[in-house]
Amino acid sequence: MSATSFAAPADRVSEVLARLATVNDPELDESVVELDFVTDVTVDGDGAVSLSFRLPTYWCAANFAFIMAEDMRNAVAALPWVTRVSVALGAHMYSETINRGIAETQSFETAFGDEANGNLVQVRRTFLVKAFQRRQVALADHLLAAGYPPEALAALTIDALRSCTNTPEGQALVQRYLDRRDVVGEADDEAPAFVDEHGASVAPEAFRPHLRALRRVAVNVEFNGALCRGLLAARFNETRDDDEPTLLDFIRAVPTEKRAPTG
Amino acid sequence: MYKTKDGEEIFIIDGHVHLWDGSPANQRNKHGEEFINCFFGYHTALSPKEEVWPRAKFEKYGAETMYEDLFVKGYDDMAIFQPTYLKDFYKNGFNTLEQNASLGVRYPDRFIINGAFDPRDGEAGIAQMEEDVAKYKLKGVKLYTAEWKGDSKGYKLSDDHAKRFLEHAEKLGIKNIHVHKGPTILPLNRDAFDVADIDDAATCFPNLNFIVEHCGLPRLDDFCWIGVQEPNVYGGLAVALPFIHSRPGYFAHIISELLFWLGEDRLLFGSDYGIWTPKWLVDQFMTFELPEDVRKETGVNLSLEAKKKILGLNAAKLYNIDIAAKKAAHSATHSVAAE
Repeated sequence: MSATSFAAPADRVSEVLARLATVNDPELDESVVELDFVTDVTVDGDGAVSLSFRLPTYWCAANFAFIMAEDMRNAVAALPWVTRVSVALGAHMYSETINRGIAETQSFETAFGDEANGNLVQVRRTFLVKAFQRRQVALADHLLAAGYPPEALAALTIDALRSCTNTPEGQALVQRYLDRRDVVGEADDEAPAFVDEHGASVAPEAFRPHLRALRRVAVNVEFNGALCRGLLAARFNETRDDDEPTLLDFIRAVPTEKRAPTG
Repeated sequence: MYKTKDGEEIFIIDGHVHLWDGSPANQRNKHGEEFINCFFGYHTALSPKEEVWPRAKFEKYGAETMYEDLFVKGYDDMAIFQPTYLKDFYKNGFNTLEQNASLGVRYPDRFIINGAFDPRDGEAGIAQMEEDVAKYKLKGVKLYTAEWKGDSKGYKLSDDHAKRFLEHAEKLGIKNIHVHKGPTILPLNRDAFDVADIDDAATCFPNLNFIVEHCGLPRLDDFCWIGVQEPNVYGGLAVALPFIHSRPGYFAHIISELLFWLGEDRLLFGSDYGIWTPKWLVDQFMTFELPEDVRKETGVNLSLEAKKKILGLNAAKLYNIDIAAKKAAHSATHSVAAE
């Protein structure tokens, strides 16, 4: 039933999956594992890793696909025992080009030749900023709901932000936000926590309009996420069986007997 | 025609419909197969379960089914045909002007037939545009800037050759430029859904109306910004509207942002038939109300007046449709048919 398969040794597969969980779809700012893009992880005795992944449509933007493939390769290659990583994107209009490019550690512009124009730096940057904005509004909404007035948030430093909530949900939101805070500039302890896309602080009276603008970015991303999940499920004709372990169960280290069969 | 509980009649103009042939017999290659698969994905992902079609019907539903779904089962009073050629993927094209017109000319009171052009066709494209305008009295075109053509994987409205075509279209009396924003535009390293070229074209051609189909999704945030700066930019709700069923919360946010930035006078209903059918879309849209928190935050309201504009009055303005005259024509046809 599941399109996912895994080969032993299980602990190494889990390590690979944990690394893959750090790789995000640049547009959706969600992990490729959470999104159910990763379909297969194989580790052989020499430390060679083979990954397969898929996307919601045959047409999904090639630049995003390339970014994800590159990030997956690099994330897995960082494990000390890994000797080789191969990444295979399936059922995509540019599968061949992308898979070859990643295998030969080519840059995007080399892989695509005349079809590309320049590199992916700007695209990566654009979507990191959107991720920063979306994470900020999620965190700010949480803190406003917890009773912080907007003026207090505008004045908060990064250091103060770390200790301003002690709920697990709040802590997770803080961490997620701080992981992207340096996208827009210096992020030392004394820097303001909530800044605009240029790293500038936001005046207390401008804080609510500032958040509203960010909310538009967030809604857009969530909308895209919902669409992509729907398309992925429709394309691979999948309905989630709640009893069946998923990739996430592996990462959360469920008992071995509940894991999906290999192969 | 949709009738409210109070008996008020609402005239529905469906701004976005197709009569396509995506069947295996017409597919030229793998891309043609994947293209219709992708549409089918949208259809199954966002339709209510009971509205999902069998794959074979979806690939090629035919003129009779279409008429029935729009005007008999559905509430549409009129519909605007938007062609999508895709001749590199389909032997006879996917959804050409001629295919649409084969049904459209039989019901001139029901259909508005839009054309298409491609700036990469050069002189031959200009000549074809003149011929099409003469034959079908075109008032609008649908542009598919992501369409593949030979080695090219798309173009932008801000390109010089595109501007030349827009200039010529305006001269020939075309008023409405529907632009589909979709994936895989060269250069690939840019954001493929970028809507920035609309901004440029809308400034250069203040007398043309630019209807951005799918509201620039998935770049709604950028689109809203362009919409507020350019008074001749409109949003077509196809693809956004079906979320009303499975994700009403998201839909509420999207429509409220659009109402805030573009306003109720610049949004157009479109079913994107045959991806979705107008019956359930209109039913759900008419009963939909913005949640209190969204209304409070954006300060907008999706009133009955706004709904009437979105469902028909705005399109009627763009296409100079005399609603009273059309209503009379439709009821005359009905009584003839009844006799």
